[in-house]
Amino acid sequence: MGYPHKPHPRETVVLSRHFGEADARTYKGWVKRGGYEVLAQALAMEPGRVTDIVKESGLRGRGGAGFPTGLKWSFMPKEKNKPHFLCVNADESEPGTFKDREIMRWTPHALLEGSAIAAHAIQAEVVYVYIRGEFTEPWDFMARALAEANDARVFGAIKIYLHRGAGAYICGEETALMNSIEGKRGNPRIKPPFPAAAGVFGMPTTINNVETLAAVPQILKHGAAWYKGLSLSSPKSTGTKLFSVCGHVQKPGNYEVTMGFPLKDLLYDLCGGMRPGRTLKACIPGGSSVPILNREETESCLLDYEGVVDKGSMLGSGGVIVFDDSTDMVYQIMRLARFYAHESCAQCTQCREGTAWTTKILERILSGRGTTADLDLLLDLSENMTGKTICVLSDSCAAPVVSGIKKFKSEFEDYIAGRRKPVMVA
Amino acid sequence: MSTELINLTVDDVPVSVPKGTLVIEAAKQAGVLVPHYCYHPGLPVAGVCRMCLVEIEKQPKLAIACATQVAEGMVVKTQSSAAKSARTGVLEFLLINHPLDCPICDQAGECELQDFTFQEGRPATRYSPVYAKRFNPVEDFGPDVLYVPNRCILCTRCVRFMEDVAKEPVLNVSERGDRAFIGIHPEARLDHPWAGNVVDLCPVGSLLSKDFLHKARAWELDKSASICTGCSQGCNITLDTREGVVVRVRPRPNLEVNRYFICDHGRMSYRWMNRGDRIEAPLVRRGGELHATDWDEALEAAATLLRGAARRGVVLASPRASTEALFFARELFRARGGDWRGAFQVVMGEEAALAAVPNLALRAERAPNARGAELLGYGRDYAAAVAAAETAAVLLVLDEPEIAGRTQGALIYAGTVLPAGGRGEAGGGGGGARDAQVVFPIANVAEEEGTFVNRDGRVQRYFQAKPTPGMARPAWWVFSELLAILGNGDGTEARVATAAAAFDRLASSVDAFRGLSYTHLGLAGVPASSTVPVPA
Repeated sequence: MGYPHKPHPRETVVLSRHFGEADARTYKGWVKRGGYEVLAQALAMEPGRVTDIVKESGLRGRGGAGFPTGLKWSFMPKEKNKPHFLCVNADESEPGTFKDREIMRWTPHALLEGSAIAAHAIQAEVVYVYIRGEFTEPWDFMARALAEANDARVFGAIKIYLHRGAGAYICGEETALMNSIEGKRGNPRIKPPFPAAAGVFGMPTTINNVETLAAVPQILKHGAAWYKGLSLSSPKSTGTKLFSVCGHVQKPGNYEVTMGFPLKDLLYDLCGGMRPGRTLKACIPGGSSVPILNREETESCLLDYEGVVDKGSMLGSGGVIVFDDSTDMVYQIMRLARFYAHESCAQCTQCREGTAWTTKILERILSGRGTTADLDLLLDLSENMTGKTICVLSDSCAAPVVSGIKKFKSEFEDYIAGRRKPVMVA
Repeated sequence: MSTELINLTVDDVPVSVPKGTLVIEAAKQAGVLVPHYCYHPGLPVAGVCRMCLVEIEKQPKLAIACATQVAEGMVVKTQSSAAKSARTGVLEFLLINHPLDCPICDQAGECELQDFTFQEGRPATRYSPVYAKRFNPVEDFGPDVLYVPNRCILCTRCVRFMEDVAKEPVLNVSERGDRAFIGIHPEARLDHPWAGNVVDLCPVGSLLSKDFLHKARAWELDKSASICTGCSQGCNITLDTREGVVVRVRPRPNLEVNRYFICDHGRMSYRWMNRGDRIEAPLVRRGGELHATDWDEALEAAATLLRGAARRGVVLASPRASTEALFFARELFRARGGDWRGAFQVVMGEEAALAAVPNLALRAERAPNARGAELLGYGRDYAAAVAAAETAAVLLVLDEPEIAGRTQGALIYAGTVLPAGGRGEAGGGGGGARDAQVVFPIANVAEEEGTFVNRDGRVQRYFQAKPTPGMARPAWWVFSELLAILGNGDGTEARVATAAAAFDRLASSVDAFRGLSYTHLGLAGVPASSTVPVPA
């Protein structure tokens, strides 16, 4: 499996520089490319100093929430009287997101190196890399890379373990992931206590996304100021970000651009624009869990944490799902809702029942048996599903429904009024 | 929990609670019951039903009262429109897959889903009738537990009880999303000695007791506070009766004794309370035969026997008898300066602890008042007492049907039923209560008020749950009447009219009970004086 495209001139390749080079997967190849140099330096530094550098760089979590990474690390107890853990969230299950997969496929050592640096910074002796169960190829590359790196004894006293998920979306939620590592059912936990106080096995734990950790060696190598300079817009969003673009563009794939890059340019320039004769209709900018943007919002959106929020959505995981004018938005939203109904962990009432009910209503509208009252009902259910549960899975189900009804109401009304041919959904 | 007090208001009612208290418990202090399903004070917090969402001033989102600790100056609003509509939303979600089978559901009338829906649910469904509700077949979980998955609201109380309290994790949540249900280990049964508690914990009619299945409607039941007679633990229970018949035993919370739980042995030990083959009238031996008579004649006959007995007697008592009855049985001899000997025997069984609760177990001693008998001077050397009874002037047997005392003297038997066998068995000096001179019909634990002393010396009251059959009377009344007829030893003939007065007499003359009264004991009981040594 080769990587599909050569870097576009407007890309800023930091994490994806070695994508496509099979040799970079090997320990020797990685060292040849300058790998593991900064790890040795970092291990010799004061842990707090490493955290400070990451803080200065402005690096924020790339898994979806965008929490400042250095700040998160600094929440770990300074006085160490319990074992500390680092969890690496490699359970990339967000529909439309496939950046971590590529990092693990092409540059597994970048992740291992970043993980070891982070473990040092938070004084953790054990790292668990929780890899999505379906990621068979990334698993193989990660396992091989870890074995080689262990043979080369680059991690000092830090132990890194790979842990394989069993195919549950919810296990990408940080506390569910910890339960899963512990061998329990992958249910999100109530917070507080937060992971830095009581995480995996009840011990202080930090959990970071693959892309976040892969960026850490680069920051230490080139300096916080360099990383901070990689931004076109808000000083609160720094560095580069991998965007996984899928859907109705000519050249879908992973693109690495600096924060603040215009979404319009990403779609029309880097991705080659819409298919011939088609126009852009909508875009989900940050993985399936965030509100949908319409064409106007998409074309004026800047890709950083603040820019996307300005348009009423979220940067999320950077999974950009593009819909052109051939798309049936009602059907797409139903598919999203069905995904969340299938993946709900069943703990919270609103999520367990609400995601399934939402799906049923959308299916009914598609089958031509909807009523206008159904739209109000969907909005009311979504309201009850937002901000009232342990984790944000039910919020994630509500977000596309609410934004979809708001922005594409006429499509719903066409099904309800019988102006559109019903779709039979199994 | 700290002794530091935190001040907050719940629905404008100011309360001060210890630091670390949960908002839902603080609300109880303010007289506010926040509706909830998954929260139970005896279980670890799960926070999953989301029913107890309340508004807390200065917090951006609604918070669940069951997992939020109080903070100084906190302003909790359970009745704000945001909180109310969130709870109405949860109820609606819970009901979309819940069957409307309340008319045939055992939980109806004591169902928290019914109650809270009535209180703040929507009057009508918005779940289009096009959809089928979730359906799973009824499952047989264990000896006394049925699982009706269609009614389940997945609060996980049962799962947490088995996992965290009983420490036998045989239940789980299986499947995900709205397909979820409570699963049981494929090779296990829900047969833990304390498993029956999941039925009480279930807030809806999803976990049912086979023993109680379709036996009564909740609103037909009368509930009386009582003490379990299953062992010496003294678990606090509620006896549920329907038209004078005990139909169910449930735990009554007492944090000092049994927290919120009872074992299955105790739960099932109630049928004997409804026995029909009871002695319903006093019997007096006339012309070699026992004849039914009235209380006056029976008491007089017994008094005559006791007067002629040179005050030497043996009392064989049941450790299931009330402390009051044991006291007056003793006083019949002791108060009049007589020479007496009392003993009891305890049936033994297997011990079964509830793993996560300290000092809570089904005890090997299957008797509720052995400690009370000890405090009153009854001994455990039953065989020696039986031997001594053979030559005693009077043998008084108090509801001890296991053994029929033998004596060359007079036999007075007070009991609920006549012991089997006995008559003609040994010949000669008489054997068995069927050869008694006087037989008194007495009330059982469900039919009288009284106290037991549990193994830790805690004196606990039980209340009358149903009427006594026929002319039966509480044993303390029978013996106190006898004592009054004989003369109380202090020259008075003061009669005792109530169980409370009977206890007062006991408390004023036995050091271990000194200073106690029914008012002090209340519903939770208090420890007897621990400085009084147990007689050997």
